Amino acid sequence: LSATPEIPKEDGRPKWDNKFQYILSCIGFAVGLGNVWRFPYLCQIHGGGAFLIPYFIALVFEGIPLLHLELALGQCLRKGSIGAWNTISPYLGGVGVGSWVVSILVSLYYNTVLMWVMWYFINSFQEPLPWSVCPLNENRTGFNKECYESTAVNYFWYRKTLNITPDIAESGTLQWWLILCLATCWAIVYLCTIRGIETTGKAIYVTAIFPYLVLTIFLIQGLTLPGATDGLVYLFTPNLNTLKNPRVWLDAATQIFFSLSLAFGGLIAFSSYNPQKNDCEKDAVTVAVVNSVTSLYASIPVFSVLGFKATTAYWDCLDRNILSIINEFDLPEESIMRQNYTSWISFLNSSHPEKIAGVKLKSCDLQEFLDQSVSGTGLAFIVFTQAIILMPGSQAWAILFFIMLFSLGLSSMFGNIEGVFTPLLELQIVSKSTPKELLSGIICLISFLIALCFTLGSGSYWIDIFDRYAGSVPLLVIAFFEVIGVVYIYKIKRFSKDVKWMTGRKLNLYWQITWRFISPLLLLIVFMAFVTLQMLKPPSYAAWNPKYEGFPMKEEKVYPPWVQAICVLLAALPCVCVPLVALFHLIKQKRRSKDTSLVSPEVFSCQGAIS
Amino acid sequence: YAWDANEEYLFKAMVAFAMRRYSSKSTTQISNVLLCNVTDRVSFWFVVTDSSKNVTTVPGSVVEAAIRMNRNRINSAFLLSDKTLQFLKITSTLSPPVEPSTPVWLIVFGVVLCLIVAGIVFLIVSGIQKHKKKNKESTERENLEEKVEVTVTLENGLPCEVLDLKAGHINGVFPADDERFTSL
Repeated sequence: LSATPEIPKEDGRPKWDNKFQYILSCIGFAVGLGNVWRFPYLCQIHGGGAFLIPYFIALVFEGIPLLHLELALGQCLRKGSIGAWNTISPYLGGVGVGSWVVSILVSLYYNTVLMWVMWYFINSFQEPLPWSVCPLNENRTGFNKECYESTAVNYFWYRKTLNITPDIAESGTLQWWLILCLATCWAIVYLCTIRGIETTGKAIYVTAIFPYLVLTIFLIQGLTLPGATDGLVYLFTPNLNTLKNPRVWLDAATQIFFSLSLAFGGLIAFSSYNPQKNDCEKDAVTVAVVNSVTSLYASIPVFSVLGFKATTAYWDCLDRNILSIINEFDLPEESIMRQNYTSWISFLNSSHPEKIAGVKLKSCDLQEFLDQSVSGTGLAFIVFTQAIILMPGSQAWAILFFIMLFSLGLSSMFGNIEGVFTPLLELQIVSKSTPKELLSGIICLISFLIALCFTLGSGSYWIDIFDRYAGSVPLLVIAFFEVIGVVYIYKIKRFSKDVKWMTGRKLNLYWQITWRFISPLLLLIVFMAFVTLQMLKPPSYAAWNPKYEGFPMKEEKVYPPWVQAICVLLAALPCVCVPLVALFHLIKQKRRSKDTSLVSPEVFSCQGAIS
Repeated sequence: YAWDANEEYLFKAMVAFAMRRYSSKSTTQISNVLLCNVTDRVSFWFVVTDSSKNVTTVPGSVVEAAIRMNRNRINSAFLLSDKTLQFLKITSTLSPPVEPSTPVWLIVFGVVLCLIVAGIVFLIVSGIQKHKKKNKESTERENLEEKVEVTVTLENGLPCEVLDLKAGHINGVFPADDERFTSL
């Protein structure tokens, strides 16, 4: 019995301990901070429940096909992104290099966001929470001016954490407390990725499952808070008119795309450690569905808490008005309560209209408070922290919340780092005897040193830039070339045969149609719409400037030209790898064809693959 | 509690007490404190007269200073606080929050960092040990290859790394012992 094709060839490649670890890693990579702080925001501003329609359509026609493509590719070729694309065609090697560059850029700034989460986490062990009180000014007669004019939560985020400068051109100094947190974050990433999937596979059990536990706890707590139902009703009430706005469809498509972490090369790396006879089709559908369900599940506690916060702000507004009225009219205490506020107001308006006008009451509207929608870091570090102060037992809730955010981000970091690590291992620039621990240590150390520039005073402006330019447009381009490359250069007939060999089933019509036509078309449309929208207005940012007249509103500033050049560079660098590498190979081939006759490219297929 | 004449009496007593403590003369009586314009809202004006100087009122700044000095006693007499008992034009000095000598976050940070460094060191050391053991094993295996090995083909899923096809009882055509196949 010599080795038959059925026995998997041992090639010394590390493998997953079990299938569950692999699925959990893919889910952990896909489920990240965006599921918690971007999806609920999109749901809210795009008509609540109605947003689920374009979201579901994008999932079916864009998300699942692309995910299946990447998983099948990695599993078939058993190589990281660079090696895989080089194997498909040397002219397409640039796609792999582009993925690799994007993974590096995103790892840099993603871990910095985790650094902020860690800073808030270690500050949550105090009583009272440091973002709940304003510090006093010098002569102790009142509060610090900047804090007093905005809120304590804003002050803690912009001054105590970021120590933000009013302009992106002013770099400020390195903040030592942030450097300590950054070092800790990279140390944690090193600890978990030290031996590649051997160690991340163990860590993922905790980091991928823990957020679900905390979300459930927050769900239960959130639903018991007053005003939670207002928030939920507001979130999910469908407003079908918003579907007429093309912006909604674009946002749904981009959200699905970025949420599934496609085109990073991390998914290819993960599936390359699989045995080849594995049902990648079912895996893809599982991961995509779990990712979307998680987004929905996370939006419930988020919106319960936001509804609670809006209700509390509304009650505060009412109470302040009631106090002014009672002071003005010298009425006894507790004569006006929240319930009879409106009847009292109408009575007083009819009897003493001038006096009421003189009191200058603020209009308190619950809808207005609910409308204040925030996404991204603003949601986590400003809005949610403010809501946590109002809950009983705030320290525990703060600690739980920030550990959950940290686990969500960490499991996504694993995917990013694997996308960087696996191709390097295969590129053979390091000799076989170099231990993996050294390579991962070097990667983490270099990333830490580069990311130090995000700890400057202007760091958060730079992170916005990286998020908007490095983590968006290049991914669309790379994904487009991925689909085109597999379907039209590798030829979909060959790929269908490979997938059939791996899963045991023929590719059905859905995959054929989406891979051939729908997904590339959708990607092209999304890319063009995205770029057009970006170019419509000059890129600007909102700066936190205490000296601005409209403070605490943020000041809208335009990026200076050198910053705009960097933005273009960040977006173009991964994209330009694709034609560059193709050109490089073309030149190499031309030069080689002058000496020897052209060697026909070897016919490659999964069944004969040995890495 | 409801505000009635007894509470007013207590208030007069507290103001008189504050004046006595501030100016340290024991001449201020409860009858020296006069309340006027009492409203249902429980707000009123009050003045302190000086009986030694022919029914003139004590200057407002003196009264303010006296009240400020004894503010917490007055508050606790009525079971109220600075927020619920307000004297117009008397702002309270705020006490700063208690700051421990080492900020708490630094302690937590130290704990977290120690755990992580311990984990990294443990993993690196175990990796080095495994590496050494693998090196020792491979040198031992090279020594053993001289001897005739018992076939291990009974195990299923045999990794084909060491293609020691001593399975002569299966491939009867090939000579068994002498052939040495290079491992993949």
